[in-house]
Amino acid sequence: MPDLMPKDRTFGLDAAALGALMPMHLLLAPDGRIEAHGATVGRILGGAGLTGHSFFDLFSLRRPSGLTNMSALRARAGQRLHLSPLDRPTAVLRGLAVPVGDGRRLLLNLSFGIGLIEAVQDHALTDADFAPTDLAMELLYVVEAKSAVMQELKDLNLRLQGAKTVAEEQALTDTLTGLRNRRALAAELERALQLRQDFGLMHLDLDHFKTVNDTYGHAIGDRLLREVAKVLRSETRAGDTVARTGGDEFVILLPDLGGPADLLQIAQRINSRLSLPLDCGGQSCRVTVSIGLTVSSAYARPSAEELLNDADHALYVAKREGRGCTRVHPGVSLLR
Amino acid sequence: MHGLINRSIQCFLRDTYGAPVWARIVREAGLGFDSFETMLTYDAALTDAVLQAAAHVLGKPRDYVLEDLGTYLVTHENTQAGRRLLRFGGVSFADFLHSLEDLPGRARLALPDIELPLLDLQDHSPRDFTLVCRSPLAGVGHVVVGLLRAMADDYGVLSVVEHQGSCPGGEIIAVTLAETAFAKGRRFALARDGQGHA
Repeated sequence: MPDLMPKDRTFGLDAAALGALMPMHLLLAPDGRIEAHGATVGRILGGAGLTGHSFFDLFSLRRPSGLTNMSALRARAGQRLHLSPLDRPTAVLRGLAVPVGDGRRLLLNLSFGIGLIEAVQDHALTDADFAPTDLAMELLYVVEAKSAVMQELKDLNLRLQGAKTVAEEQALTDTLTGLRNRRALAAELERALQLRQDFGLMHLDLDHFKTVNDTYGHAIGDRLLREVAKVLRSETRAGDTVARTGGDEFVILLPDLGGPADLLQIAQRINSRLSLPLDCGGQSCRVTVSIGLTVSSAYARPSAEELLNDADHALYVAKREGRGCTRVHPGVSLLR
Repeated sequence: MHGLINRSIQCFLRDTYGAPVWARIVREAGLGFDSFETMLTYDAALTDAVLQAAAHVLGKPRDYVLEDLGTYLVTHENTQAGRRLLRFGGVSFADFLHSLEDLPGRARLALPDIELPLLDLQDHSPRDFTLVCRSPLAGVGHVVVGLLRAMADDYGVLSVVEHQGSCPGGEIIAVTLAETAFAKGRRFALARDGQGHA
């Protein structure tokens, strides 16, 4: 780029003009004493008494290293300097020195760099401490706007977390199989009891499921549960409630059935379907299922708890009497 | 419309008139949800629906609702982050007015997809200004009027701020500053309270 400015052209800048352009400047005499300085650098060094002090008594030059006198500093004129006030070694300032006048004096301008935020807090700086051309305000603005946005995001995450918890609490589906869960079953059971509907209740438990898990791993075990869920859905009607209530436990609520004999037939159909090999991710599995059942019509005043208990007890009997079979609660008459 | 703008409207209505009134406005506007999220973007029609419902439920002209929103953005305790960001605009109220043109750009530094109203300032004299605001939100000038009046108070400056209708370039606001300061403004430090180092 051509030099448009004649070399001998100098500016008659007075101290006020220099201070307005560069509130962080230091004018250094040939011996390193501070001849004049901007107001802001005076503030951060704790007052107006900088003039006359040696620059090297107030600042340490961190990089380039070894700059401890004026001739060394002059040799680095025009280069980026990293320096700290001696009484505040953690504050790193950026600087640039250029020769002025006969070249023996130096004009050194400083900036806070990324330490701006701490400097503003530590010295209670205001926008009047910065030149209007300085981007300090923009940087502070961005920091503050970013904090506000982060706070919003944090609040949003808290709200989402809360909503997720509520959604999970209100969920009615078993996520593994897509069947209804225990909460959904309880609600359906309560509804059927309130409507004084006749219904059957079937409690199912896979036989030796733990062996499948231990032999083939949990991934295959999960596939098996999903396959069993498919069979249970296909062997029941749309109006029936099929729920997974535990690891390998299922409960089916079947409203409006003809009688216990129909229920027994469905149970047998389920068991024979499950005795066929199931494809569990390339692994062929066979399971049997033990079933206990009861019907609401067998009770004078049926309650959810009693019905579930009795179906569970019948299931226990089925387990004890050889597994892979169905047992009916003793209070249920199979005769119509 | 950016969620921040919608949520500001929601917070203004809820903080000023209470949760039940906000719930009524939500129902009347047919939102289908009860709260805007800051970081989502919404159909501009929803914003209009909320403002229209608010005007109806509160029994106020829409322009008044918008002006109160502008005041709220500066004066309410829940919006102090926003007030501080505005105060970064300048040492004096006049400086602040000159910084308004930068406002959309500054906001985009933090939220790249936000579109604040475009503001165009003409200074006829050191005390007479015209501000032209452009935004997809009709009546945005009234928000700016409320905001400028509150900011003048914040700086302790006596001013007359008036909405003067619309021109093809946007809505026109006239600002006239009194010659003398009339009150001490609110304190403003660059560093936030409680953040100073020991």
